[in-house]
Amino acid sequence: MFDWFAQIGKNAIEFYARLGKEVLLFIQTLLAFVPLVLRPGLIVQQIYSVGVRSMLIIIVSGFFVGMVLGLQGYNTLVDFGAEESLGVVVALSLVRELGPVVTALLFAGRAGSALTAEIGLMKATEQLSGLEMMAVNPVDRILAPRLLAGIISMPLLAAMFSAVGIFGGYLVGVDLLGVDEGSYWSQMQAKVDFDQDIVNGVIKSFVFGVVATWIAVYEGYTCIPTSEGVSRATTRTVVYSALVVLGLDFLLTALML
Amino acid sequence: MPETNNNLVRIRDLHFSRGRSKIFNGIDIDIPRGKVTAIMGPSGTGKTTLLKLIGGQLKPEKGTIHFHGENIPAMKTKKLYDVRKKMGMLFQSGALLTDMSVFDNIAFPLREHTDLPEVMIRDLVLMKLQAVGLRGARDLSPSQLSGGMARRVALARAIALDPEMILYDEPFTGQDPISMGVLVELIRSMNDALELTSVIVSHDIQETLAIADQIYILSQGKIVGHGSPHEMNQSDSPWINQFVHGEADGPVPFHYPASSYKDDMLSGR
Repeated sequence: MFDWFAQIGKNAIEFYARLGKEVLLFIQTLLAFVPLVLRPGLIVQQIYSVGVRSMLIIIVSGFFVGMVLGLQGYNTLVDFGAEESLGVVVALSLVRELGPVVTALLFAGRAGSALTAEIGLMKATEQLSGLEMMAVNPVDRILAPRLLAGIISMPLLAAMFSAVGIFGGYLVGVDLLGVDEGSYWSQMQAKVDFDQDIVNGVIKSFVFGVVATWIAVYEGYTCIPTSEGVSRATTRTVVYSALVVLGLDFLLTALML
Repeated sequence: MPETNNNLVRIRDLHFSRGRSKIFNGIDIDIPRGKVTAIMGPSGTGKTTLLKLIGGQLKPEKGTIHFHGENIPAMKTKKLYDVRKKMGMLFQSGALLTDMSVFDNIAFPLREHTDLPEVMIRDLVLMKLQAVGLRGARDLSPSQLSGGMARRVALARAIALDPEMILYDEPFTGQDPISMGVLVELIRSMNDALELTSVIVSHDIQETLAIADQIYILSQGKIVGHGSPHEMNQSDSPWINQFVHGEADGPVPFHYPASSYKDDMLSGR
């Protein structure tokens, strides 16, 4: 009986110790952003591998999501004779919800998993240890530039996703289904508010960028340095990122509505 | 202790465990300046752990590790990183950064820690590469190197910042006889030419006995022998004898601890 209580206590202590370590590492990484300003080359290199190389999947997905929205939206709106509002429906769905969320999910799968595997393998092959012994802190040299690159890239990728999606919706709605081009754009201009909708989406994608990149970087840095450990950490990155992004999306929507 | 001032590293009463197993149970080691000190012992006795403790990557439970008279486990992170610039470490795997060429790997510590112009970095890198005989391999990537070459590149990188001490983690393991000979020669000549202090962790007896000035033998968390290579060969201690002559059974048993063989075989029925 007492063993059982002791076990609960032990688990709780271990949980909070882990949480504390994670927060400390996060703060350390954030502090390492400051000296990074002097070395923009490191950040640019990471933005290339984290952001630029994710562009293809983001643009293609955005295009298809936009086309689907155009098709579905039109079929529903036409029953009420409101197909002129298609532009608003497409733009609002993308800018407020689908842009940030789908981009974050794709980002976790494309860039997050790559980051975890990269850092995990660096750990498994003693490269991180090697850096430490060369008096180079891996938190400053490896984690910080990657996290910063992710935070910069995510909102930009989400913006691209939304822009391409709106264009996809336009192609289906206007060119294919015959919605009036003028109403598509003018209704969108009239109903999408910069402070309410666009900023809302940018805040979301920024938060998702921090969370998804941090999970990826943290899982890689703390993984068990074996092939199995790296593979598990990579899976965890994708699963945790997806869950946290979707959960936070609800929270952020509720807060900002 | 009269020769304290000659010791670059002084370890006292070091305790360390991993999970439930006790790796070090109160060991004392002195590493004299300018000498090659070998730390030997069977696999799994925590030789690599000892190097990580000296490098400050792990913290001991108890005991002190003085480097230049300063206690490494008590150091703050920033201080520790400063001290590490005076140490070079050669990892078993080489630990080269796989996304850079050989040249950039050796230039890496120089670029990180100095503001030297690129021309000077180039000269320094070429000098280090010449010392390990791989100046011609500067444009290769680490994946194109053989194991022996990777270790030599790692050695060139370890001496890039002109450290006072180099820690070698199993430098001879898995090397063909030629690379082995090259490494043995390099470690000794670097030590003397650059006035380094070298610490070699190894279980390759002949190679290590050939270049070490003094040897510590570790077993089951204790120092079981200490002396010059000659003294080790002459020793009548059963521990040292078993290790130096590679006998299968002795104070270090052949069998991993288990219940009696007979009981084990019968209990399956």
